[in-house]
Amino acid sequence: MSTAAPRLQPQLPPPVIEFRQAGLTYPGPPPVPALTACDLTIQHGEFVTVVGPSGSGKSTFLNIVGLLDAPTEGRYLLDGIDTGSLGDHDRTALRGRRIGFVFQSFHLLPHRSALENVAVAMLYNGVPRKERPARAREALVRVGLGHRLAAVPSRLSGGERQRVAIARALVARPSLLLCDEPTGNLDSANADTVLALLDELHDDGMTVLVITHDQEVAAHGGRTVAIRDGVLREQARV
Amino acid sequence: MRPRRSRTAAVRVEPSRFAVRDTLSESLAGILQRPARSALTALGTVLGVGTFVAVLGLTATTSSQIDGRFNLLTATEVTVEDIAREQNAFAEPGFPADADLRVERLGGVRHAGVFHTVRLDPATGGVRAAPVGGGAGGGERTDVVAASPGALRAAVPRLCQGRLYDEYHSGTRQRVAVLGSGAAARLGITTLDTGPAVFIGAEPFTVIGIIEDVERKAELLLSVAVPRTTAEEIWGAPGGGGTTMLVATEVGAAQQVARLAPTALRPDHPEYLKAVPPPDPRTLRSGVTSDLEQLFLILAGICLVIGAVGIANTTLVAVLERTGEIGLRRALGARGRHITTQFLAESGALGALGGLVGTSLGTLTVVGVAVVRDWTPVVHPATVATAPLLGLVTGLLAGLYPAWRAARIQPAEALRR
Ligand SMILES: Nc1ncnc2c1ncn2[C@@H]1O[C@H](COP(=O)(O)OP(=O)(O)OP(=O)(O)O)[C@@H](O)[C@H]1O
Ligand SMILES: [Mg+2]
Repeated sequence: MSTAAPRLQPQLPPPVIEFRQAGLTYPGPPPVPALTACDLTIQHGEFVTVVGPSGSGKSTFLNIVGLLDAPTEGRYLLDGIDTGSLGDHDRTALRGRRIGFVFQSFHLLPHRSALENVAVAMLYNGVPRKERPARAREALVRVGLGHRLAAVPSRLSGGERQRVAIARALVARPSLLLCDEPTGNLDSANADTVLALLDELHDDGMTVLVITHDQEVAAHGGRTVAIRDGVLREQARV
Repeated sequence: MRPRRSRTAAVRVEPSRFAVRDTLSESLAGILQRPARSALTALGTVLGVGTFVAVLGLTATTSSQIDGRFNLLTATEVTVEDIAREQNAFAEPGFPADADLRVERLGGVRHAGVFHTVRLDPATGGVRAAPVGGGAGGGERTDVVAASPGALRAAVPRLCQGRLYDEYHSGTRQRVAVLGSGAAARLGITTLDTGPAVFIGAEPFTVIGIIEDVERKAELLLSVAVPRTTAEEIWGAPGGGGTTMLVATEVGAAQQVARLAPTALRPDHPEYLKAVPPPDPRTLRSGVTSDLEQLFLILAGICLVIGAVGIANTTLVAVLERTGEIGLRRALGARGRHITTQFLAESGALGALGGLVGTSLGTLTVVGVAVVRDWTPVVHPATVATAPLLGLVTGLLAGLYPAWRAARIQPAEALRR
C-alpha cells in the first residue's frame, strides 16, 4: 500500500489557509479597500495571531478566512479547496464542518442555556440529535463550566460567556478555530484562562487563528501576522 | 487513482442539514422565548379561527335542529284545531259528529280522528285498577283521552297485547279502554288474560289492548284511551276548543290535506277550524343561511387577516431583533434556506397554536349556546380538523416575507451587530 505510488509520497497535505493575492474592497460608495491583495499560507497545526490597530482590517480578514465573506480579488484556498469556485451551498457546508468561530461579542442566544448554546453548533452539520447533549456537556466541562450547564448567558460572567463561546466553537470538532478578540472584553485573569484554553486546543492539533489588538496576546502565538491599513505583513519574532 | 479520489472527496463537502425535528424544536424554543408576546401575536388567529368554528358550528347545530323537527313523520302529520269559539262565542263545537269519515274520504289521508282529554271530576278521583276505595293507582294522575278509533290509528301505535277499539266499539259506545304501556305499568296491569278492568271515576272499562309505543302523540303512553262516543255519553262533550283532530297523510299530501280539511269538515263554516300543516323545509332553511351568518364569516375572515398581519409584524420584528442570531447560525453552517425554514416554522406554529386554541374556544361557544338553548350541539369533524390548518396556513403566509428577509441577511453583516 505504501509502495503503491512513490511519486505521491512527498506530497504534503495542502495548507489550511492559502491566500493568493487575495484582497477585499467594500463596494461602498465610497469603496473601502479594507484588505490589500496579499499572499499568506498557514499550515495545519499552526497557532497564528493577527495583530493590528482598530479599523486596520482584522475582522475583514477573519471574515474571508471564515468564508463569511469572499475576496473581491485573488483566490483563497481552504484545505486546498479553491473557495472561489464554490457555490454558497458548499461554502456554508464547509464553514459549518471545518471552522469554529469565537466572536468578539460572544453572540450567545440570550434565552437558551449554556448547554443549548453549545449544542446549536451541532444543529447543521449532521451530528445525531442523541449525541448532542453529551458532547455539549463534554465541551463545557473542558472549558471549566461543567457546573453551569443550565445557566442562561445573562447569569454568566463575561469570562464564562467567552468560555461558553469557545465550547461552542470546539464542540463540532473543527480543524480551524477562528477567534476575533477572544480576550477583548476580559480582565487579565480571565484572559489568561482563555489563552490557556486556546493553547490546549492547539496542543490537540487544532489550527488556531487569533485576532487581537493586544501585542501581549499576539506574542502568545507561534507566529504573528501584523496588519495595518489593510496591508498584511509577517511580523518578525523577537 | 486513490489519491485523486481522496482529493475530489475533499472538495465534495457534505452539505449542511437541518432536520425536521430540529426545525420544530428550534421554532418552539423561539416561541417560548417570549411567551407573552407569542400569546398576543396568536390572539388574532385565535379570534379568527374561533369565529369560523363558532359560526359553522352554530349553523350546523341550528340546521340539525330543523332536521330533527322535520322528518318523515312530521312531514305526514296534519292537526286540525277547533277555533269555533274564537270566531263566534256562541258557536257549536267545530267538529261534526262524522268528522273522521269526512276527512278520511279526502285523497292522501291514511287515518284521521278526533280526540280530547277528559276532564274528570276531582271528587270522584282518577283512574284506578280497582273500584273507588281500592288501593292501586292512587298516586300519579293518569290522563284519560277520548279518542275516535281513527285518532288512535293516526298515532301509529304498536300493540304489545290485545287490540285497538274500532268503529263497532265506538258506534255502540262500549266501555272499553286501551292503555299506554306507562299507564298500564302504573295501574299494575301486566296481562289481558285475566280480563282486567280499570275504573275511571266510578265507571268500569274493560281493557282490550296495551300500546307499547306510538309514533305520534307520545302522551298516549301515559294515558288511558277510550272511545270518544263513550266518553261523551258519560262525561258529556268537552268545552269549546278542547277537541283536536290528528291526520296521518301519505308522503307529500300533507299540505293539500291541510288546505282541504276545514272545508270538508265544515262546508258551512270552514273558518271554525284551523289546519296546521307540517313546516315547509325550504322556508326553514332559507331562514338559517341568513345574512347574519355571512356577516360573521366575513368578520372571521377579517380577524384572520388581522391575525396574519400581527404574526407578520411580530416575526419581522423578531427577524430584525435576532439578526445576530441569524449571523451566528449562518456561521455555524446554516444555509439561507434553513433560516427561512426556522422562521416559517415559528410563524406557522404560532398560527397553528392560535388555530387550535381558536377551535377549542369556537367549539365551546357552540356547546355553550346549544346547552342554553337546549339544542344538540353539532360541529362537523371536517370543521374541527381543518380549523387548526386554517391557523397554520395563516401563520405560514404571514411568515413568508419575514422569513425571506431573514434568509437574505448576509452573515458577515449580521455578525457585525
Ligand atoms: N461593510 C462595510 N462596508 C464598508 N466599509 C467597511 C465595512 N466593514 C468594514 N468596513 C471598513 O473596513 C475597514 C476595516 O474594518 P474591520 O472591521 O476589518 O476592522 P478591524 O480591524 O476589525 O477593527 P476593530 O479592531 O475595531 O474591530 C474599516 O475602515 C471599516 O470602516
Ligand atoms: Mg474587528
